[in-house]
Amino acid sequence: MKKIKKVLSLLVISSMVVASFAACGTKKSGETFTIGGIGPITGDAAVYGINVKNGAEIAVKEINAAGGINGAQIVFKFEDDVADGEKAVNAYNTLKDAGMHMLMGTVTSGACASVMEETNVDNMFQLTPSASSTDVLKNGNVYQVCFTDPNLGITSAQYIAGKGLAKKIAIIYDSSDIYSSGIEAAFKVEAGNQGLEIVAEEAFTADSNSDFSVQLQKAKDSGAELVFLPIYYTQATLILSQAAAIDYKPIFLGCDGLDGILTVENFDTSLAEGVVLMTPFSAESTDEKTASFVKAYQSAYNNETPNQFAADAYDAIYIIKAAAEKAGIKPDMSVSEIGTAMKEAIQQISYDGLTGAQMTWAATGEVNKQPRAYKIEGGKYVSAE
Amino acid sequence: MTRLKALNKSTRNNIIVLGIILVIYVICRILMAAGAMSNLMQGLLVPLCYYSILAISLNLTVGILGELSLGHAGFMCIGAFMGAFFTKCTENSISNVFIRYGIAMLLGAVCAALFGGLIGVVVLRLRGDYLAIVTLAFGEIVKNIINALYVGIDNKGLHISLQDAAALKLAEGGEVIVNGAKGITGTSRDTTFTVAILMLILVYFIIVNLINSRSGRAIMAIRDNRIAAESVGIDITRFKLLAFTISAAMAGIAGVLYSHNISSLVATPKNFGYNMSIMILVFVVLGGVGNIRGSIVAAVILTLLPEYLRFLADYRMLIYAVVLIVMMIFNWNPACIAWRKNHPIKGVLQSVIKKKEGSASGKEGGKAS
Repeated sequence: MKKIKKVLSLLVISSMVVASFAACGTKKSGETFTIGGIGPITGDAAVYGINVKNGAEIAVKEINAAGGINGAQIVFKFEDDVADGEKAVNAYNTLKDAGMHMLMGTVTSGACASVMEETNVDNMFQLTPSASSTDVLKNGNVYQVCFTDPNLGITSAQYIAGKGLAKKIAIIYDSSDIYSSGIEAAFKVEAGNQGLEIVAEEAFTADSNSDFSVQLQKAKDSGAELVFLPIYYTQATLILSQAAAIDYKPIFLGCDGLDGILTVENFDTSLAEGVVLMTPFSAESTDEKTASFVKAYQSAYNNETPNQFAADAYDAIYIIKAAAEKAGIKPDMSVSEIGTAMKEAIQQISYDGLTGAQMTWAATGEVNKQPRAYKIEGGKYVSAE
Repeated sequence: MTRLKALNKSTRNNIIVLGIILVIYVICRILMAAGAMSNLMQGLLVPLCYYSILAISLNLTVGILGELSLGHAGFMCIGAFMGAFFTKCTENSISNVFIRYGIAMLLGAVCAALFGGLIGVVVLRLRGDYLAIVTLAFGEIVKNIINALYVGIDNKGLHISLQDAAALKLAEGGEVIVNGAKGITGTSRDTTFTVAILMLILVYFIIVNLINSRSGRAIMAIRDNRIAAESVGIDITRFKLLAFTISAAMAGIAGVLYSHNISSLVATPKNFGYNMSIMILVFVVLGGVGNIRGSIVAAVILTLLPEYLRFLADYRMLIYAVVLIVMMIFNWNPACIAWRKNHPIKGVLQSVIKKKEGSASGKEGGKAS
């Protein structure tokens, strides 16, 4: 009898499962564009996903108020992927069920590498705001708003050599992170070309990212004048406070991952004085476009200051709009038709956004724009060009 | 006579479970052919299979052998990387997908088994909490080594480095296959729903046969009373190792399915860290320790649940956790078990039917179960 009960419950469950997936079919409306977004809004990397989501929503609101794309309103749907490839594919499929026309995502590189295979099969247009790995360019169907990791490493090394900031350089990076190790590898090669000497190269992993005293001591002992930090700001705050504790005061230079360092709770921002960032966006900038974006963001989201990810996403939506207008697409076209038309159009446009002027795209999907450098002075980002 | 009856019953039950799996498979196929299945569900079919395999395989260690292992994701990781590595290497030389994928599957399973055996020899001398801690460490070690591992191939052969991709010194035309933290990208996506279901059936078949075999009874004897088992001449180390190795091999198979389902393979704390190992353990505990069918059902429900809770947006994982707690209590709280005994599904159904017929009594059905 017990067995029968189990079999029965199994049957009930299987019928529930069948019912649950039979219930939702694909919906499609001919009047609005559905743009999907994928990124982590829970978990460790949530801050990036949330910024992307918010930044994109502001752009969508603005565009809808101004009449939409080619006369059609935009519906923006965002799904969580916890920065995991498998979950990102699930999120992608969920969005497809919701009738997505174009994808603005994913936020992280690892997840993007999984999703791009799906978009390749469907010929879905994919523009990523912040997946910066070169792996995502492999199929030629993903377009980037941000720089690639190697590009950041190369421009950082060129900046250091060009400004004559230092000769002896130490690197502290996260070897388990694609973004960090990608920048580090390219930086090392270019530093060699530029005649810079790397005296210490210290790695940490995602499992040991709270104590950096060993790495800092090594950097100090090797006499490095500049510490290159191609990492995210959460670890950078720890590095800065631990460096202060051992009275080590080199120049700290980071990439766009350090953006957001001034907004960390309980972090003494005076420690970040003099930190140089190679980032395309700063909320402190006096540029008119940036100022109005920051104002809109702050009024919509509890006075929070947007970081580079939000700006990337804001640009991404406007880039989609520009390309869509160029291509003259309509919501009743199929996903594949839109994909083909958009790919052609994006290579022909030039876009001035928050994260760069005159952005253009190659057929590989890589963006071409000018890098920018900022320095933290008096708790604010100041241009350090 | 009673033994024969018991054997028949278990065989009958296994046939029923296999039948249900096949029926679900056929239903899914029909729905897919009719275009009535959502993209989300189509994408989830393969993950459901490999999570079920993982749950079954851990149940062998936890439920049948009675040892707590927290490093199961590590074995999955080994299988995944070995399988994907082989496929990437031989993509051009072996054109037949069946042969290539078959070998990759075998290789993944064998490698995971090898590590399982290796770890087992050392670790199975420990018991209880100690074993759990050591396996936990093993899982983390595997993940971290793979994150630092660079393997490339050129016409001279394999190059391995723990430094970076440049240290491989590949000749012209060489290709970096395992690229440190970037893992393996562009693996051919050979896992289909059919293959995944076949592997699930195979794994289920192996486990059920093992449990009902002489070895299986020896393993369970060790679980129930180690000293008694030793006193009747059961070779403890051998049988423990056997179960542990088979369990690892199956996790390896799940890993190969995983790596050939998603084209980018990266060892992150999310997919191969201890969180994953705990998740697999949750499948086993929720489904019932030692209950193979329960493991499959739990794995399916807990994989589907977070995806179908997406409409809750920000509250998704919160509600997921609450549902998990409620399910755990409903399934395993003694009071709940007693309540369910008094209100069995069948009894309720019967009483409803009887009420309709005019005579109201559901007591009989309650007693029967």
